[in-house]
Amino acid sequence: METVKINDIACNDLPWKIQYHPERCTLCGSCIAACTFDAIGPKMERRRLTFTDSATPEPKTRFVAQPVIGQQNAIKNFCRGCGVCERVCPNNAISSSRNPDSRFNVVYATSTGTGPKRGGRNNLEVQSRTLDTLRVGRISQMTDPSLDAQRHTFDCLAPLGRILPAGTLPLNQTADGKLVQDGQTPPVRWIYPIIIGDMSIGALSWRMWEAVSMAVAYLNEECGLPVRMCSGEGGMPVRLLKSRYLKYMILQIASGHFGWNRIIQAMPHMIEDPAGVLIKIGQGAKPGDGGLLMAAKVAEHIQAIRGVPKADLLSPPNHQGLYSIEESVQKMFLSFNAAFKFRVPVAIKVAASATSVSVFNNLVRDPYNIVGGFFLDGIDGGTGAAHDISLDHTGHPAVSKLRDCYLAAVAQGRQGQIPLWAAGGLGKTGNLAADAFKMMCLGANGVFTGKLILQMAGCLGNDHGRCNACNTGLCPVGITTQQPVLVKRLDPERVAENIVNYFLAMDVELRKLMAPIGNSSLPIGRSDCLVSSDKAVADRLQVQYVC
Amino acid sequence: MCRIGAIKSRHYVHPSQALLLMQSQQKGHDNSGFAMVMQDLGGIFENYKHLPTLSLACTDEGLQITKAIMDARGFRLVHEWEPETNRQPGLDIQAMPHYVYQTFDYPDAYADASQEEKEQLLLDTRLELRRGMEEDCKGFAYSFWPDVITLKEIGDPRDIGTFFNIWEPDDQFTAKVITAQCRQNTNYAIVRYAAHPFFLQGYTALANGENTFYQKNKEFQQNLHRGYIGFESDSQCFLYTLHHTHRELGWPLSYYKHVITPLPFEDVVKREDQQQLLAMRQSLAHLEINGPNTIIGVLPDNTMFTCCDAKKLRPVVLGRDEDTVVLSSEVCGVNEILPNRNWETDMYPNEREIVVIDNNLEVQRWKQ
Ligand code: SF4
Ligand code: SF4
Repeated sequence: METVKINDIACNDLPWKIQYHPERCTLCGSCIAACTFDAIGPKMERRRLTFTDSATPEPKTRFVAQPVIGQQNAIKNFCRGCGVCERVCPNNAISSSRNPDSRFNVVYATSTGTGPKRGGRNNLEVQSRTLDTLRVGRISQMTDPSLDAQRHTFDCLAPLGRILPAGTLPLNQTADGKLVQDGQTPPVRWIYPIIIGDMSIGALSWRMWEAVSMAVAYLNEECGLPVRMCSGEGGMPVRLLKSRYLKYMILQIASGHFGWNRIIQAMPHMIEDPAGVLIKIGQGAKPGDGGLLMAAKVAEHIQAIRGVPKADLLSPPNHQGLYSIEESVQKMFLSFNAAFKFRVPVAIKVAASATSVSVFNNLVRDPYNIVGGFFLDGIDGGTGAAHDISLDHTGHPAVSKLRDCYLAAVAQGRQGQIPLWAAGGLGKTGNLAADAFKMMCLGANGVFTGKLILQMAGCLGNDHGRCNACNTGLCPVGITTQQPVLVKRLDPERVAENIVNYFLAMDVELRKLMAPIGNSSLPIGRSDCLVSSDKAVADRLQVQYVC
Repeated sequence: MCRIGAIKSRHYVHPSQALLLMQSQQKGHDNSGFAMVMQDLGGIFENYKHLPTLSLACTDEGLQITKAIMDARGFRLVHEWEPETNRQPGLDIQAMPHYVYQTFDYPDAYADASQEEKEQLLLDTRLELRRGMEEDCKGFAYSFWPDVITLKEIGDPRDIGTFFNIWEPDDQFTAKVITAQCRQNTNYAIVRYAAHPFFLQGYTALANGENTFYQKNKEFQQNLHRGYIGFESDSQCFLYTLHHTHRELGWPLSYYKHVITPLPFEDVVKREDQQQLLAMRQSLAHLEINGPNTIIGVLPDNTMFTCCDAKKLRPVVLGRDEDTVVLSSEVCGVNEILPNRNWETDMYPNEREIVVIDNNLEVQRWKQ
C-alpha cells in the first residue's frame, strides 16, 4: 500500500500525460534518448505474472521486476506534448495526450515561487480569428474584367522607407520637358510585401538562422522574389555583415543593443548597405515585456556575436534614455540614419496597443521625414520566451489597430508616407497569402511573419499548448536551441527548401487573389473589396457586412 | 459600358457632330444620357472668350440662388443664352426647367488680380453655386470658366438632341473642341454630376471604364484639393489626378501616364530616369488606377490627349483629316464624322503611350 501524498507532484497535475503500452515496447530506449525534456525515463515496475509450465493448465503466479518507460513526476521535467517520443518509437508504444484536468498553472507557482514561462504563443484566446470573418467579396465580373493569374503580369512589391508628399519632391523641369531630381530624398526600398520577421541568432539555433538566410538568398537570387529578412536583436555573423548578402538583411536594434558592437566594427568593411534598420520598441506577443534569452541558450558563439558573458540576457522593456516620441525621432532615428549616411531606411516596430495611433500620428507628422516604416506587431504572434502571464493577459490584436492607423493617415491625407507593416498571428491557419492580402486591403503595405517560418522548418509547437518550449534551450527539433546535439536534428538545406517552396506557393496564391479583383498591383487600402460576415467586425473595420 | 468621343478641329464644329459621333456607337451604350463639354467657343460666344461662362441647369429657385450668389460676389452679367428647348411630349429626357449659359465680367475687386487669383475665384464661385443648389436638386453648376460650356442630361441622346435643337447644324453654337459621352451612370445612382466629361479649372476628362482603385484614389484626392469633390463617378478620379499632377504639381503631361499606370518595377529599373519615376510612384501610389479604362482629356490650352489602362482593356481609335481629329471608343464613330479620311492614318493607341493632339492638330505618340 502506498501512502497518499497529496502535495507531491503527480502526473495528472501536468498538462500532458504519457500513454505507454508495455506489451509493444521492446525497451530500445529511443524515446528516452529523443526526449529533450527528460520527461520520461526508465522505471522498474513490479508485475504479477500468471503462467503454466505443464502440458495441462495449472496456473501459477509469480512476481517479477520489469523495466518500463515512465513519465517523470517533476515540475522541471514536465512533458511538453511535443510528440517526439511517438515519432521515434518503432513500435507505436508511446505517445502523449493532453490532460484536460491539468493543475499545472497552480502547482507550478506553488512549487517554484515563479510563474510559468514559455515560447511565445498565445494560448488563452484560441477563438475564431477576425481575418477569417473577412472574404474577398468584390469580384470583377461584367463591369470590369478580372485578370488571369497565370497570364497577366503583376507588380507585387511594397515600399520600405519614408515617402515624401509629391509636392515636396526635389524635381526640376529641364528645357525638354523632363523632370530631374536635384536633391536628396529619403531612401526607399521596394521589396517583397512579406518580410521574414525578426528572430535573432540566439533565439534561433545557428542552423535555423542559417537556413532562413539561405532561403532568403535563394528567393532573391534564383526566384526573383526580393524577400527581406530581419536579423532580430542579436547581431549577425561578421562574415555575413561583410558579404554582398547583407543587402537582403534588415538589421534590428532593440533595447539591449545586442550585437551592435560587432555591427559597428564591421561598418567600414561593408560592401553593401543593409536593406534597412528596424528599431524594436515593443513586441506584440508580450508588449511591455523585454526580451529574454535564458543563460541556457547563451552558447559560446552567441556570446561572441553579442559580445556578452554567459548569463540571462535581458533586453529591458524600454530603451534606456528614451522618454518621448520626439526624442526617439531625434535621437534614435537620426543617429541610425546618419550611421548609414541616410542611404538606409530606418523603421520602427511597436507592439499594437490602445495608443498605437498616437504613436503613428507623432511619427507621420515628424518634420524630419526620417521614419521609414511603422511595423505594428499584434498579439498572437511571437516566437520568443516570456512569462505566461504576459503572453496570456497582455496585448492587442493587430487587425483593427492597423486599420485605425491607416484611417488616421487617410484623414490627414498622409497615407503611404510611412509604410505600414503588420504582423501578429498572420498565417496562423497556414495560409499567409490570404491573411497578407486582407491586411493590405485594410491598409498595410506589407506584413511580416516569424512563427510561421518556424512551422515551415518543422516546429512541433502549436497554439494549443503543444511544446512551446522555445525558452528552454531544449527545442526538440533543433530550431530554438544552441545545444549541438539538438541543433544537428535540423537539416538547414531542407528547411531552406521548405521556406522557398512556401514563398513560391504564396506568391502564386497572392496573384490568385489579385486576379479576381482585377488588380495588377497590390490592393493597398482597397477595403471595398473585402466583406465581413460579422457585423461587429464589418462596422469596426469599415467594410461591407454581408450575410 | 459607356462610349466616349472627342472632336478637335481647325474650324468651329456644331455639337450635332458630337451627337452623330456618339449615335453611331449606340449599340455600345444604353441610351441613358448624353453629356458634352465644348471648349474654344465660336458663334454667339466667340466675342466673350476671355470671360467666364457659367453652365447651369436649374429650377426657378436655382436661378434666384445663382443670381444672389453672383451678385454678392460682384460678378456682372454680360451675356446670357438659354437654348430654345423643344418640350414636345414623348421625348425620353428628364429635363430641368432652365438651361442657362451666362457670361460674366469679373468683380471690380479683381480688376488687377492675377490670372491665378481669378482662377481660384472661378472655382470657389462654382463650388458655392453647387452647394447652394444641391438641396432638393435646385440646380447643377457644371462649369464656370472662360471659353467653356457644358451640357448634360439624362435620357435618350437622340431625344436630348431633339430637345435642345442640336440635330440641326448652325453657326451660332459651335466650338473647336468638343468632348462627349453617352450613357448615364447606370452602375450607381443616376446623378447629373456623374456624367462625363468632368471639368475643373480648364481641365476636362472623360473615360470609358471602371476604376477599381476608386476608393484609394478618392480617399487620397479628397484631402488634396477643395475642388476634388463629388466622386459620383469613379472616373472623376482621372480628372482630379490630371489636375493635381499637371496644374498643382506642375509636372508635364507625359508624367500623367506614369502616375496613373506606372511602369512595372522590372521595367523601371532599366531606365535612366528610374529615380524620378520611382519617387513619383511612391509619392502618388494612391493615384494609381487599375481596371479597364480609356481616358480622353483636354488641358486648359485645349491640347487634347488619350491614354489607356496598363493592359489596354478598353478600346479607343483616333482618325483624322487635314482639319479635324476625332477620338472615339469605336471606329464607326470616326467613320460617321470623317467618312473620307485616309483610314491608314487611323491610330489605335497602345497601353504604354499617350496620344497628344496639339493646337496645330499635330498628333504625337508619347511612349511612356
Ligand atoms: S511528448 Fe515530447 S516531452 Fe513528452 S515525453 Fe514525448 S518526447 Fe518527451
Ligand atoms: S520551436 Fe522548438 S521548442 Fe519551440 S515550439 Fe517549436 S519545436 Fe517546440
